[in-house]
Order: sequence, then structure tokens, then C-alpha cells
Amino acid sequence: MATAAAAAHQPARTQHGAQDGAVDEDAYQRVFDAAVSADERIEPRDWMPDAYRATLVRQIAQHAHSEIIGMQPEANWITRAPSLRRKAILMAKVQDEAGHGLYLYSAAETLGVGRDELLDKLHTGRQKYSSIFNYPTLTWADVGAIGWLVDGAAITNQVPLCRCSYGPYARAMVRICKEESFHQRQGYELLLALSRGTPEQHAMAQDAVDRWWWPSLMMFGPPDDESAHSAQSMAWKIKRHSNDELRQRFVDICVPQAESLGLTLPDPDLKWNEERGHHDFGPIDWTEFKEVLKGNGPCNEQRIDQRKRAHDEGAWVREAAAAHAARHSGGATGRGAGVEQA
Amino acid sequence: MTATGKTRTQGSVTPAALALGDDALVLSHRLGEWMGHAPVLEEEVALANIALDLLGQARVLLSMAGDEDDLAYLREERAFRNLQLVEQPNGDFAHTIARQLYFSTYQHLLYAQLATAGGPFAGLAAKAVKEVAYHRDHAEQWTLRLGDGTELSHERMRRACAALWRFTGELFQPVDGVDADRTALEAAWLESVGDVLRRAGLALPEGARTGAWSAGAGRQGVHTESFGRMLAEMQHLHRSHPGASW
Repeated sequence: MATAAAAAHQPARTQHGAQDGAVDEDAYQRVFDAAVSADERIEPRDWMPDAYRATLVRQIAQHAHSEIIGMQPEANWITRAPSLRRKAILMAKVQDEAGHGLYLYSAAETLGVGRDELLDKLHTGRQKYSSIFNYPTLTWADVGAIGWLVDGAAITNQVPLCRCSYGPYARAMVRICKEESFHQRQGYELLLALSRGTPEQHAMAQDAVDRWWWPSLMMFGPPDDESAHSAQSMAWKIKRHSNDELRQRFVDICVPQAESLGLTLPDPDLKWNEERGHHDFGPIDWTEFKEVLKGNGPCNEQRIDQRKRAHDEGAWVREAAAAHAARHSGGATGRGAGVEQA
Repeated sequence: MTATGKTRTQGSVTPAALALGDDALVLSHRLGEWMGHAPVLEEEVALANIALDLLGQARVLLSMAGDEDDLAYLREERAFRNLQLVEQPNGDFAHTIARQLYFSTYQHLLYAQLATAGGPFAGLAAKAVKEVAYHRDHAEQWTLRLGDGTELSHERMRRACAALWRFTGELFQPVDGVDADRTALEAAWLESVGDVLRRAGLALPEGARTGAWSAGAGRQGVHTESFGRMLAEMQHLHRSHPGASW
């Protein structure tokens, strides 16, 4: 908050700065709008419109949920990784994802919601996670395709979020993007090793790219003319680019990378358009996208079931930790009370 | 470079490197099975972190004995030299924590000795002892939380400690090439584990710490039933593509 404009806004933007007790919503709204248009960051104690808060809670929570559900398709291959080096890389990646989930739940909590409440919404299907994690990892090459394409799409989406108007989210994204870009390079390198390996390995890599390409393009969300939240999110500078714009950017990045990998992308309509300065690409199967979002993808049920099982089976562990903590922070009740009381 | 080639040049180090390396490799694999299944997100991070540390140790140790991937993926069950303790299935969280408590206490005491003893494992031990101190602390803290948590967690922790007790005698069997004071190690281990269990409201389990089938058996390549299945999963892909690089 170094700018003069910010300094001038600060007392009015902070709810705690209101001295007279009278809440002038319009004045707060004007200050909020000015801060957003000046590209300043909104912080947890600043006034913000209810709809802005609700949109951020939904988006950050779903982002957090995607990180933790996203551990599953990759963790599926940890016990089968074909070399110790690859096993270490994959474990480190899945660990990073759990860490990203933690950052993002913390960012969401600055908006006044609790992690438990958000997890409960995930488990009961009231909040979603990225559609991509409802696809199965059928071979080792899928681990590479996820790194290259899925993390690549995630980065394309997330780098602009580092400049998002909500400070805690933007800062979480700076940390996350650093790790994500490392994962993406690892995925690319894994596929390269397969592509240059035996014919069986090359075929495995091509098959994985064939299965993950279209679902990765769907990660950018519905086309701009069908995107319900886009206009408002862009006005609030939560979102900086449209879905279609980011999707195009991703395709343009991937085409030359696929070429250096020695792999093809499964789209007969894909070709360079000199006039637009972009690649044209074929139509996305939005029916499939909608089905997956509705819960009818190949793994929707198993992903949520596993998450719920881990949570339910872990309840006694969390209860034990809470009971232990309560006993040793003053309150002496329950089993073993007094055992360690000084 | 084949495993056999290196074995000839570093003959005296190999049995010890395999024993210590297999312990770390196998326990790391078991902890990897938790990923996506932990009771709380912080434990996803912690268990993965410990698994990664162990895998790092395994890679250094196996490389002292030959090619790490040949050794991990191409040996059969009877050629593995790990303790039976580390191959035990995860069970519930208490079971995993009891296994961690027994093993990390042993590993911390052993590596502290090896770090100061000089010899081929001093370098690795000096680095690993810091990681293992964290593993030990993690296991101790959870033993306290579970033992001194709720009635249910207390009972589960008690049962887990008892169930794994018969695999702990093997920790102190001599290993060819590991130059450690086993008597001091065992005394320090019993004192430390006993102290943690006491603070958790639990007692040292009773009963034999070794049996006809477990005394030093893992070190001889005699394992428990679930181990073969674990290896089948671990090695399947690597073995399906002989000679391929990854």
C-alpha cells in the first residue's frame, strides 16, 4: 500500500476505520471500486461487496478442492512408478498439491469461512472441483500427460490470478505457480523420455496425450458467450482474461511443444491461421463437459468416495488430536486428564 | 552398470547398504500408499515428506551397492534384506504411527552412531540423522495425541503397539558391515520408546520381541506374506519393459 491513492483510501476501506458507527454502503462501494480500478489489492479487513466475497469463496474453495482431489489420479501411480527417480518426483508433486490445498483453504478462510465447512460442501457435492480430475490415469504416461497438459492449462489459467484483486488469493497464486511450472516441466520431460524410448513407450505416451488433450482444453471453462460469471469477475479483476482467450493461448503454446515431443495432438482441424496469428482448432465436445460437471464423468463417484472415506476414517484421529490439545491447553477433562498436568 | 559388477568392487559395503537401503525403500513405499488417504491434509504433507526423505536415503544406499533401479525393481522377495517391521501393511493410522515410532527411534539412534563412527555410512548418516530426528518427533507427537487422546484412540494405539512388538527384536540383530554398538542401541531404544509410551498413558507391550520366524528373518530374505504383493505392485511396470529407460 505505497501509493498516495491507497493511503487516502485506507481509513475508509477498512471497516474497523469507521469511527462514527454509521455505515455508508455507497461510500464503501465507491472506495472499493476506486481501489479495484487503480489495480490495488483488496485485503481481508477491507470492505467488499457481498457478491465479491461470495464469488471469491466459491472460486478459491473450488480451486482448493481441485488441488486435493487432483492428488488422487497421480497418487494412483506412486506405488507403480517405474524408477526411483520418477517415484521421488511424483511423491514430491503430490505433496506439493496437498500444500497448495492448504494455502488455498487458508486464503478462503480470510473471507470468513472455515476449512471444515468447505470440505463438507465438497463431500456433499455442494461445491465442485475441476472437471479434469474425473478422468482416470490408465497408464504411467498419464502422469506425464497430466504434468504437461493439465498443469500447463492450470498455469495458463493461474498466472493471471497472481494479479487478481484479492490480495491473499493473489499471493497464494504466486507461490503455487512457481511449483506448478516445475511440475509442468517434469511432466514434459517424462513424456519426452517415453517418446524417445522403446516403441511401446512411445505408443503409451501418444495414447495418453490422445486421451488428455480435449479434457485439458475443457479446463478453461465454457465458451465466453456461455460463461455465467465471467463478466462480473472481469469487472472485479478477479479474472483477467476470458475463457476463450486463455484456451487459445494454451493451444498456441502446446502445438510447438507437441512437435518437439514427437507426439501429435488428436485434432484433425488443428492448423496455423496466418491471418489470426493463432492456431485454429476443432470443436470441443461440450456435451461431455456438461456430463462430467453434472457428476457423470468416468471417476466422479470414486474421487468423492475416496475423499469422504479418508475424511470419515480419519475422524477418530482428528478427535484424538483435538481431545489431546484441549487437555493440554488448560481444560482437564476426559481420558487421562491430569496425566501431564504440571 | 549391473548390480553384480559393482558388488564385486564394493563387496564389504554391499550387505549393509542393502539392509539399510531396503529398510528405507520399503517403508517409503508403505508411506506412499497413504497419499490421498490421510486423516487430515497436514498429514498428507507430513507422511509424503517422510516417505520422500526415506526414498532419498534408499537411493543413496542402494547406489552404494549397485544400480538403484536394478536393485529395487529386479530383485525377488527372497533377495530383499529389509526388516519385517517396515514391510508391515499400513493398517489404521495408529498402526502406521506405531511402526514409525519403533523404526524412526531405532534409525535415529543408529544413524547418530554411524555419523560419528566414520566408515562408509558416516556421510549419509550425518545428513539423514537430521531428517530422521524430524520423523521421530512426528511419531512421538502422534503417539502422545493418540495414546492420550480419546478412549478409542488410546485403545487403537495400544493395540497397534502390541501388534508390532514382535517385529522389534529384529532391529538389534547384527548386520554384516554395520559397525554399531547394538547393546547400547537396544538399551537406548527401550528407554526412549518406553518413555514416549508412558507419557502417552501406555505401557511397553509384553511378550516376545522375536519369534522363530521373525528373529533376523527379514535380514536373511525371509519376509511376511504381504511383502510379495507389495513388490508385485512396485515392480510390475518396470519389469514389463525390460531394458527401457524412464
